[in-house]
Amino acid sequence: MYMGGAFPRSESERYYPLNDKKGNFIANICLGSRKDFRNAVVAARKAFDGWAARSAYNRGQILYRIAEMMEGRKDQLVAELVKEGSSPKAAQKEAETAIDRVVYFAGWTDKYQQVFGNVNPVASSHFNFSNPEPTGVVSVIAPQNESLLGFVQTIIPIIAGGNVVVVQASEMKPLATLTFCEILHSSDVPGGVVNVITGKTKELASHFSSHMDVNAVVFCEDDSSLKKLIQENASLNVKGVVHRQVKDYYSDENENPYLILDLQEIKTTWHPVGI
Amino acid sequence: MLKEFDLKKDIKLDFTSGWSYDPAPESTDHVHIKDQYDHFIGGKFVAPQGGQYFDTTNPANEKKLASVAMGCDKDVDAAVKAARTAYDKYWSKMSPRDRGRYIYRIARMIQERAREFAVIETLDGGKPIRESRDVDVPLVAAYFFYYAGWADKLQYAFPGGNPKPLGVAGQIIPWNFPLLMAAWKIAPALATGNTVVLKPAETTPLTSLKLAEIIQEADLPPGVVNIVTGAGDTGASIVNHPNVDKIAFTGSTNVGKIIQKSIAGTNKKLTLELGGKAANIIFDDATIDQAVEGIINGIFFNQGHVCCAGSRLFVQEGVADIIRDKLIDRMQSLIVGDPMDKNTDIGAINSKEQLGTIQRYLEIGLNEGNEIYQTKCDLPDKGYWCCPTLVANVSQSSRLVQEEIFGPVLTIQTFRTPEEVLEKANNTPYGLSGGVWTDKGSKIFNMTNKVRAGVMWANTFNKFDPTSPFGGYKESGLGREGGLHGLYPYLKF
Repeated sequence: MYMGGAFPRSESERYYPLNDKKGNFIANICLGSRKDFRNAVVAARKAFDGWAARSAYNRGQILYRIAEMMEGRKDQLVAELVKEGSSPKAAQKEAETAIDRVVYFAGWTDKYQQVFGNVNPVASSHFNFSNPEPTGVVSVIAPQNESLLGFVQTIIPIIAGGNVVVVQASEMKPLATLTFCEILHSSDVPGGVVNVITGKTKELASHFSSHMDVNAVVFCEDDSSLKKLIQENASLNVKGVVHRQVKDYYSDENENPYLILDLQEIKTTWHPVGI
Repeated sequence: MLKEFDLKKDIKLDFTSGWSYDPAPESTDHVHIKDQYDHFIGGKFVAPQGGQYFDTTNPANEKKLASVAMGCDKDVDAAVKAARTAYDKYWSKMSPRDRGRYIYRIARMIQERAREFAVIETLDGGKPIRESRDVDVPLVAAYFFYYAGWADKLQYAFPGGNPKPLGVAGQIIPWNFPLLMAAWKIAPALATGNTVVLKPAETTPLTSLKLAEIIQEADLPPGVVNIVTGAGDTGASIVNHPNVDKIAFTGSTNVGKIIQKSIAGTNKKLTLELGGKAANIIFDDATIDQAVEGIINGIFFNQGHVCCAGSRLFVQEGVADIIRDKLIDRMQSLIVGDPMDKNTDIGAINSKEQLGTIQRYLEIGLNEGNEIYQTKCDLPDKGYWCCPTLVANVSQSSRLVQEEIFGPVLTIQTFRTPEEVLEKANNTPYGLSGGVWTDKGSKIFNMTNKVRAGVMWANTFNKFDPTSPFGGYKESGLGREGGLHGLYPYLKF
């Protein structure tokens, strides 16, 4: 798993075997626990102020660096996607699209504020402006049927906006995701900005949605009981809930800044003029 | 029962002689309040299907003003049906320009009848006529004007987006700014092409019902706006109605959480404007007299019944004594009493229940050993009143610092460094608003950037405008109302 810039095993010492389509053993994967999640939230909270305070330019540079590092380790990513069941051709396309998406959102880090911020023409003699600020610690249940591209598409817009994340990786396809974590680790992404727990949604979803130091929760599955559970738990501390339902991760619809805006708060500042 | 501060001052202001004000009551001749009000559903006033009515009273004299229909599930269902029919038949088919015209017409009619609205607002809710006349009602008209203009320009608000209305919006509003909250809810909902079922608060339904009369006169298609009166159960019935597409709620954080929980698993979109506990931060280089005015306005505006009230005062140590002394003098000059008197600064507490809540907090403060100062006021015999109150020697963990009191009660804490005050200011589950007072620009931006709250007032406080988004971080809510950002919660893309 990836937590606070380190790669620990689960404190529970539990694991699950990962097999390929034919049932051949690939690797043992950590089976993350509630305690792992809580530790990850602590690491994320610690990283939040620093990441949110990075200049927009610097966040863009770091995201672009991620894409460069992905390019450098593309063969490994493709090989893991193949192990997870992709055809070599599909794996190649997935890795390349994932890299393109990172570049796409890297470019937004110093622009979405200009698109979604305003100077508001108030009637009194005040200067008044609104700008987006990151929501804070976001827990994310990554799309479970997807591997690299689904993971990248879900978390990159969130961290591009200055948030930090604790993510549950796909239970059945965690390999490329974990390599992606190594890429993050070597791309100047500060430890704690992205934290990844491997394990089972069934076990983790209630913790992901009920933790009182998490500000928003994102999930992707089309599962009505999961949705109800997450939305109910979110009410404990008025978390924002974002349900991302993506039909096609390759479509152009995945490229827009509203995906950043979803996890932003709008702050409005007033100051008198002329006194 | 309350301890007084030991004021070690050489010069004391004398409030006992010289300046007494003659009564200056606003006349009520031009206002007609009916004995009984029904629901406004499908463009008509209709009797409640349960046959029950409840009283709404004037909190300044405890006299009954009118009986108001108690909404039951059947009433809500009728209102939602009317709203759905209106959405399908008229509102979604009308050109955006024509939708805008209707909203403009409502705005103009409110301006024309501003005085009537102000008087009823003050009678029903207890806020000073000066505020309902100069703040609430002018803002109500301004919100309708602002959103009227958006109706046919929505495509320019969302680059690359293709905004579509949601359908029927269920809206539940509080008693602190009854008509203004109705405007904050109805105006953006209509401009974005939705139809509305609105429930005003139990203690302050009259101005919403007056607005219903205007909506009827403005000839809005029947069912585009429906107003159902009642208490919590009526609100719950709106929240849980399966044919409502959107819930917008302004009120307490506790009720907000219940609402968020009860719509879990549905596709209803949600806006919550909940409680707050704003830090108002005074640095030693602030202009002291302006800051004192800002503190007063921050906490005593509308009896402190303001979710964004500056209820936690943080003063830098070097100016703590002078701020406290000046504040006490200024507090003593506030006129508490008849809300209908044009000189009144602080009117009646909205309800007996709310007065009880405030008094319970003051008792907690006394038991905690805080220093509590209240001004000396001559209060009317009848009605619900609370003199301006200052609480010092109070710890960060005190319930008076941590919880929303929603009354004219201000806590004072001191600090030395910006880091310390940020730590304290952000040490709260709320994040609605905040204030900072200093003459140094870079210090302002340092603070406004780092306080986790949706609205930051620098060298000012409690300012509102239809173009300016309002809403909270953390447990203060979800989404924004006002401004361009106030359009998002009523649209899908």
